[in-house]
Amino acid sequence: MTDLRAAVAAGVMGADHAYRELLQATVEVARAIFKAKASSVFLLDEETDELVFEAVAGEGAETLVGQRFPSSTGVAGWVLVTRQPLVVDDLTKDTRFSREAAESTGYVPRGIMAVPLLAEDKVLGVLEVLDRPQDSAFTLAEMDLLGLFGNQAAIALELLQRARRARAALDGESELARFAARLEDAPDETRAAGLELLRSLERLLG
Amino acid sequence: MSVLAHESDEDLPAWSLPATAGDSIRLPSSWPERVTREWAWGGATGAGVRVCVLDSGVELDHPLIGPIQRSVAVTKEGDEVVVADDDSGDLCGHGTACAGIIRAFAPECEITSVRVLGAGYTGSAAVLLGGLEWAINEGFDIVNMSLSTTKKQYVDRLHELADSAYFKRTMLVASAHNMPVESFPWRFAAVVSVGSHESPDPYVFYANPNPPVEFFARGLNVEIAWLGGETITATGNSFATPHVAGLSALIMSKHPELTPFQLKSVLHLTATNVGGGE
Repeated sequence: MTDLRAAVAAGVMGADHAYRELLQATVEVARAIFKAKASSVFLLDEETDELVFEAVAGEGAETLVGQRFPSSTGVAGWVLVTRQPLVVDDLTKDTRFSREAAESTGYVPRGIMAVPLLAEDKVLGVLEVLDRPQDSAFTLAEMDLLGLFGNQAAIALELLQRARRARAALDGESELARFAARLEDAPDETRAAGLELLRSLERLLG
Repeated sequence: MSVLAHESDEDLPAWSLPATAGDSIRLPSSWPERVTREWAWGGATGAGVRVCVLDSGVELDHPLIGPIQRSVAVTKEGDEVVVADDDSGDLCGHGTACAGIIRAFAPECEITSVRVLGAGYTGSAAVLLGGLEWAINEGFDIVNMSLSTTKKQYVDRLHELADSAYFKRTMLVASAHNMPVESFPWRFAAVVSVGSHESPDPYVFYANPNPPVEFFARGLNVEIAWLGGETITATGNSFATPHVAGLSALIMSKHPELTPFQLKSVLHLTATNVGGGE
């Protein structure tokens, strides 16, 4: 059982890392395709009602991951609550936005493209692409492309969240994992009695 | 005895129609042989039409919008959804943008802001439903919904509300989604759903022969009202939707007798790809 646990733990740890890389690759490609200065994925933390920088390519890549802000602020907040993709130009005109952005990220974009990350009936977060070149006019085809990246990012984000939940369970945050660990460490006699109890429980559950 | 509600002393439902009663419900018709834009909204200002912007609020006294009739906020307190007058304006700018577009079409329409967005993500679907129910009970002619929900547990209730709005003569105009995820209420037949086209002309709109998106309106690089009395350029179905809501306000101010079914027909007949934009 120890071996099994270790194997599952290794798998989950590996998955966590792989999904993170997939998410990072998505923002890197989004940034490259749109020739943008930066691209990021925000995860919605439902417990705190906050958006968290989960992956960043370009400007802010070194410092932003892990930073949080309230879920209904900024362009990401619009997109999250309206579930509608959105592109805005010339944000620098809005002094309030510029100040807030500068204070929270140290970088004030001129333009933002953003899509909600949706998985079935849940909204998981937001994908943003900052400062695409403004010498070419924006097209609806780009909006559709952004939607496709949004889908990919949503899949990666959902897998990452699942891996994290699995790891949390293995780390002993779940009751069952805690019982399993204690049972394993118990003396033979206690362990046999415990297993007998579990078998009774299994019969009870049908 | 007639079972027709309008003939009876009592308010009985009109479940059926006796063979001889057809004449008694003759409806006045002033439809022209050809429905043109001139007939539909020529000379109209939106006067007398009540439009509701179900969104993040509307900035008070924005130069592109001016005064609005009323502003309420919907909040969730425990399990209860509360609607109360509110003067804190717009929390994020989205509702201001929508109201500005409607005002540009229909300068004399009444605008009421119902804030259902912006006060945090949690509970937002219940607040959205509470705000929509309130708006339908208030009897607005047009409700602009540049938003959608993906929460499946609310879909049935949302569907009921959309149908009840339709029969109470409240036209819901809702943003369609260009992503392959099911969201609502724009997919319902009782609402007018709107996607974007790329033409810069605000009066160009298309009827889509392949629903569920029913109309395409201007949604690319639109100059929108922004917080702080500013304007900004933005793209999204959120901004295409108030184009159709604004046009609907014009049509309803000239033809207040139209039902949502008839209003949708007029929109269809005056669409650029149907009536040639005439």
